[in-house]
Amino acid sequence: MAAVMPAPAASRLLMSGNEAVSRAVWESGTKVCAGYPGTPATEMLEQLSTYPDMYTEWSVNEKVSLEVAIGASMMGSRSFSAMKHVGLNVASDALMTLTLTGVEGGLVIAVADDVGMSSSQNEQDSRHWGRFAHVPILEPADSQEAYDMTRYAYELSEEFQVPVILRLTSRICHVKGLVTVGERIERKTTGFKRNAERWVMVPGHAKRRIPLMLQREQELKRLSDRSPLNVIEPGTDRRVAFITSGPAYMHVRESFPDAPVLKLGLSYPWPLEKMAALAEMADTLVVVEETEPLLENELKAAGFAVHGKDFLPRIGELAPEVVKPAVERLLRKEAAPAPEQALGVLANAPPLFPRPPTLCASCPHMGIYYTLSQLKNLTIAGDIGCYTLGAGHPWNSLDSTICMGASMGVALGMDKGRGEADKNKKILAVIGDSTFMHMGMQGLLDITWNRGNVTVLLLDNGTVGMTGGQNTPANGRDIHGQQAPRIDFPKLIEALGVKKERIHIVDPYQLPVLFKTVRDEVKIDDVSVIIANRPCVLIEEFKPFKPYVVEEDKCTGCGNCVEVGCPAIHVTRREKVVKPSGKEVELAFTRIDSVACTGCGLCVQPCAPEAIVHFEPTMPRIVVKPV
Amino acid sequence: MSNITNILVCGIGGQGVMTATEILSEAAIAEGHDVKKTEVAGMSQRGGVVTSHLRFGKKVLSPQIAPGTADVLLGFEAAEALRWSHYLKPGAMALVNDARLVPPVVELGLFKYPDDPIGDMRARGVKTASFDAATIARDLGDLRLGNTVMLGAIADQLPFSADVLLACVVKRFARKGEQVVEMNRKAFAAGRAAAAQAATPA
Repeated sequence: MAAVMPAPAASRLLMSGNEAVSRAVWESGTKVCAGYPGTPATEMLEQLSTYPDMYTEWSVNEKVSLEVAIGASMMGSRSFSAMKHVGLNVASDALMTLTLTGVEGGLVIAVADDVGMSSSQNEQDSRHWGRFAHVPILEPADSQEAYDMTRYAYELSEEFQVPVILRLTSRICHVKGLVTVGERIERKTTGFKRNAERWVMVPGHAKRRIPLMLQREQELKRLSDRSPLNVIEPGTDRRVAFITSGPAYMHVRESFPDAPVLKLGLSYPWPLEKMAALAEMADTLVVVEETEPLLENELKAAGFAVHGKDFLPRIGELAPEVVKPAVERLLRKEAAPAPEQALGVLANAPPLFPRPPTLCASCPHMGIYYTLSQLKNLTIAGDIGCYTLGAGHPWNSLDSTICMGASMGVALGMDKGRGEADKNKKILAVIGDSTFMHMGMQGLLDITWNRGNVTVLLLDNGTVGMTGGQNTPANGRDIHGQQAPRIDFPKLIEALGVKKERIHIVDPYQLPVLFKTVRDEVKIDDVSVIIANRPCVLIEEFKPFKPYVVEEDKCTGCGNCVEVGCPAIHVTRREKVVKPSGKEVELAFTRIDSVACTGCGLCVQPCAPEAIVHFEPTMPRIVVKPV
Repeated sequence: MSNITNILVCGIGGQGVMTATEILSEAAIAEGHDVKKTEVAGMSQRGGVVTSHLRFGKKVLSPQIAPGTADVLLGFEAAEALRWSHYLKPGAMALVNDARLVPPVVELGLFKYPDDPIGDMRARGVKTASFDAATIARDLGDLRLGNTVMLGAIADQLPFSADVLLACVVKRFARKGEQVVEMNRKAFAAGRAAAAQAATPA
């Protein structure tokens, strides 16, 4: 994205939480911002890259992005790192020592929890990092707060020389609300102060930093009790009082507008005195927190009688339709509902077919999964990206997905751990280009070094597809779309120990070649890497071809094209026929949606009667013209 | 919170659900309301379900519309409108593009697409005005006008004048030139007319 003039100060703008955080990072005079794409965090770095006077980058993974922010902070500059919840697992190695060194320039880590799992392999509560790393956690409840708290986070970070975690959830990142913005401050970089005892964390130095860290935590505890971010709203309905934070606060206020509420903005360290004061205000005390019972357990340990996860769901969002009936049942002293009822699954929702996400028309991954679905005796370790959808219909061609880069190690472990029953199984790993560079390269090195027998499919579509097409070293463009060094996969893979003759580059649209290459390589007792290199259909490198149509009189209803899994192929009618063998089969006659089809030709190849041909438009392409 | 208006917009990734809701938000802001807009669209680019919640009024707290509380439903696809119809208040109105977008899981024979989703909505007691936004847009000369047709369809169900929404549509297309603006005015008017006609029993 190109730099644009930011909106002037005092503008009131409709902003998502991600946009609001980005604006505040820029206004805070931040110099360096780094991150790795991941839902729901992606838009922060995307937005930041449009602001002037800052360095922004997509890093190859979250750990590197945090390390970049650490380096900038050491130089005395303000820095920022953004990631999704699982990203902080990767970056945590850096975080757990950063908390000892502390920061020089303010350092803010925005971590976005995918509560409700719209696009993640697990659900995590990133508030845990506060206690684990002894760092403060700020939790905004809407876009304006996301903006305000981000600005405050830099002050807090510098006052206590501590990295600050801004904990967001999907319902902050992707909700738009009105935000009044300010101006960018000019902040002078203080310069690097050489100090091995502070920055070189060898045991002798680290031992002296731990007490300082614990002392800092005590000071933050005192701050928490007097912070205006932790506020008691007294209310008038004294049946029940709530302790809550983040978007759950809004859901509580919506459901019980007059109840006393302790709203936590600085949720770690928690304000014990304010909690005690709130407990005095009602007979029943309820903690409403997404997703784990962190505060609830702390309160119980401190001797308070509180309710929380004994009747509220442990997973997913605590929307008003979940919180309100649950608390009302509690007040009526009814038994806790079954978990699915607690989650607000409604009896009156119409029963309908599911509409799971699927691969796009012309997606090069379709060729891969169609091929894998036609081969027998494979065990396939998958990875994180659009190509995880290969586990779904009609391909059903993934046997595992764990975390970024895991396909490599998991495949090696499958190979080494196999017993008699799996002796003849062919072990494969499927990984995308960005995931490979994020955390897959080390796994491949482990496979070659330890002489594993794995066939790796590296799906190089030149982008981070699932998060909307961000640039990567695979397409040779930086975050701004400017030309940057482009990684040479064959050379890299060879350098990681794969024999040159075991590295193949194939076009995933050429099914016969792809099929033969995979079939041949899985037979060889060695590590092979097959690089499939077609661009993602969402990026500029993709050029659509002429669409196809099904010639109705030629279609025999074999349904082979449906097995490709393209969303542009539709069944027009089904017919049951009895084959000479006596077996009844259902024929599916098809058509192609010529608006959606971009002519990759994947469906043409398995079509036995050659009924799929190029569409010659009978009408001109539709353009805007006066009527 | 009866002073809050809840609008639910639903459809499929790529149909323009989020853009339409954005324009509705701008209209509500222009009328001086506090606004919150939220989506569930994790993997919507991959043909999944998209719902966009818009709430506006004096002060909006939770951004999420609870089932049974939506004042109006704008459906970009027939079965999706049915899927979310229980979010409507009793007696509230649904404006539905009657397009049928059938996903691969149905084409594979694993699930069934309802024969008459609009009829099912009416059978559930939802006041439903349905129309063919794609044909209306194509007749006007560009399939991409479908989004504005949809906005025209909802224009008379809002707590403010249709002109406020039309002004936001015009503003969005202003830099594309007078011709495009005029096309969108026509599409908006056609959407309004189609919804009014569909809502009136013949």
